[in-house]
Amino acid sequence: MLNNDFIKQKLIEKFSDQLTDWDEPYDMLTFTVPASLNLKLLQFLYDDTELNFQFLTDLQAVHYPDKKGAELAVVYHLHNLVDNLRIRFKVFVDIENPNVFSATALYRSANHMERETYDFYGVNFIGHPNLIRILNVEEMDYFPMRKEFPLEDQSRIDKDDEMFGR
Amino acid sequence: MSEHILLPEGSIEKLTTTLNLGPTHPATHGVFQNILELDGERILKSTSTIGYIHRAFEKIAERRPLYQITPLTDRLNYCSSPLNNIGWHLTCEKLLGLKIPKRVDYLRVIIMELSRISDHLICNSIVGVDSGAYTGFLYVMQFRELIYEIYEEICGSRLTTTIGRIGGFERNFTPAAFQKIEKFLKEYPKQLKEFENLFTRNRIFMDRTIGCGPISAERALNYGFTGPNLRAAGVDYDVRVHTPYSSYQDFDFIIPVGKTGDCYDRFLVRNEEMWQSLSIIKQAYEKVKEFKGADAEVFHADTPAYYLPEKADVYTKMEALIYHFKIVMGEIEMPIGEVYSSIEAANGELGFYLISDGGRTPYRLHFRRPCFIYYQAFEELVKGGMLSDAIITMSSLNLIAGEMDA
Repeated sequence: MLNNDFIKQKLIEKFSDQLTDWDEPYDMLTFTVPASLNLKLLQFLYDDTELNFQFLTDLQAVHYPDKKGAELAVVYHLHNLVDNLRIRFKVFVDIENPNVFSATALYRSANHMERETYDFYGVNFIGHPNLIRILNVEEMDYFPMRKEFPLEDQSRIDKDDEMFGR
Repeated sequence: MSEHILLPEGSIEKLTTTLNLGPTHPATHGVFQNILELDGERILKSTSTIGYIHRAFEKIAERRPLYQITPLTDRLNYCSSPLNNIGWHLTCEKLLGLKIPKRVDYLRVIIMELSRISDHLICNSIVGVDSGAYTGFLYVMQFRELIYEIYEEICGSRLTTTIGRIGGFERNFTPAAFQKIEKFLKEYPKQLKEFENLFTRNRIFMDRTIGCGPISAERALNYGFTGPNLRAAGVDYDVRVHTPYSSYQDFDFIIPVGKTGDCYDRFLVRNEEMWQSLSIIKQAYEKVKEFKGADAEVFHADTPAYYLPEKADVYTKMEALIYHFKIVMGEIEMPIGEVYSSIEAANGELGFYLISDGGRTPYRLHFRRPCFIYYQAFEELVKGGMLSDAIITMSSLNLIAGEMDA
């Protein structure tokens, strides 16, 4: 029976110490992959007959302004539909040079999801066939979901942030 | 058709027609655009543009306490808002590690299955409308009305319901609500049967939908299909069975699967799912009736930090007053965590990816909208087909603009 320990073992065998930050929040195996390896890992997870992670559930990014040199995290959620197990892994990239290999060759579903991630965070997916904005207007020249664009107008002084959340 | 040569843009010899299907075309049932390249009535190429009603929910959610995000989820798939609401509440409960009483689970199942019925009802009858059979649509509309009346009795609103709270429901189901559910259970099967009779073996309907917009199981999986559209292609993936939430493991139901993944199979799968939902509602209602005395008064979990206290208590009890103030002002700090939780929404797997850094609002919230992901296949599904088939394919995929654009 496939379980988190087995997957972890198998991945360490294959990629040795290049995968880091192993964790299991709410029972989902989570780890970090260097940007150069994300496609190799996806391919391995897809092809391996025991692992069988052939369904890309979700792909999105998170912005951590405080992590210098690794501000953007691209998060992949994969699902093994046969054994019904999910895993999650993250790729951290520098915001100045946010290049990640595109998963579109492996998963057609990645097309829209990567475009959305590019649209909101500016992650540059190398090899994507049509990396243009999807939900925002094409003329937009910034990436709105980054944390440097706070939602509320910061010049307002009538609203005290201590009281009303962040 | 395949040997057709596409001439450069603006060429005087251009032989194909460019047609804008949408963004405000009545047949798209929502705001999205398809630029079609037509040879006569055949589609050579289609390019989709979406994002016309993007409302930045993910960004807004980063400034809102958990309970204020529920109204945002209403506006994803607005044909079945309660599913989205309850999916979101389940995500919060997973993050907080709450234990939900069984009765609440069953009440939620009733509501979720009712909204699944209302969603499939609209989708299937719209397929009928687009293939020229308006009657079914008008015929079942009164039953959606009955479902909306049930919502109204429970939470006070109909379309954008914001039903329930973190931990359960805002109030217990009234006897009138149960009466309405009973009425629905009694009257709906007959009507659904008639609706089926109208379409399932209808020669015209079969000719229009069989072989229209088909997709194979492998392609569907690769395109990230979930829900009825994936099941119509022959993959029996259902979140309710694979990762049971809200006590779905207590119920007996089957997952209908199709074979070809065309419009007809999608129609049949949705129809059968409505029967299954009806059976689940009946089972859940029986289970709810088994709770007697004090147990029958349970409608929320005991989680004072997230569940608004009774108004009467706010005026008389110190603790209730404090919690009331903290919740309303959004001053509750949530635990640090990272959680992905998904439910089987009417269109497929609706996922919520929530990262909390211990603040009052999510650090990051991402909605996995099934529509947004499977809409990518549309270009491939309609290629080489007729324009009128594209319309049916669009409606039978159940594309909801609100969900696609978030």
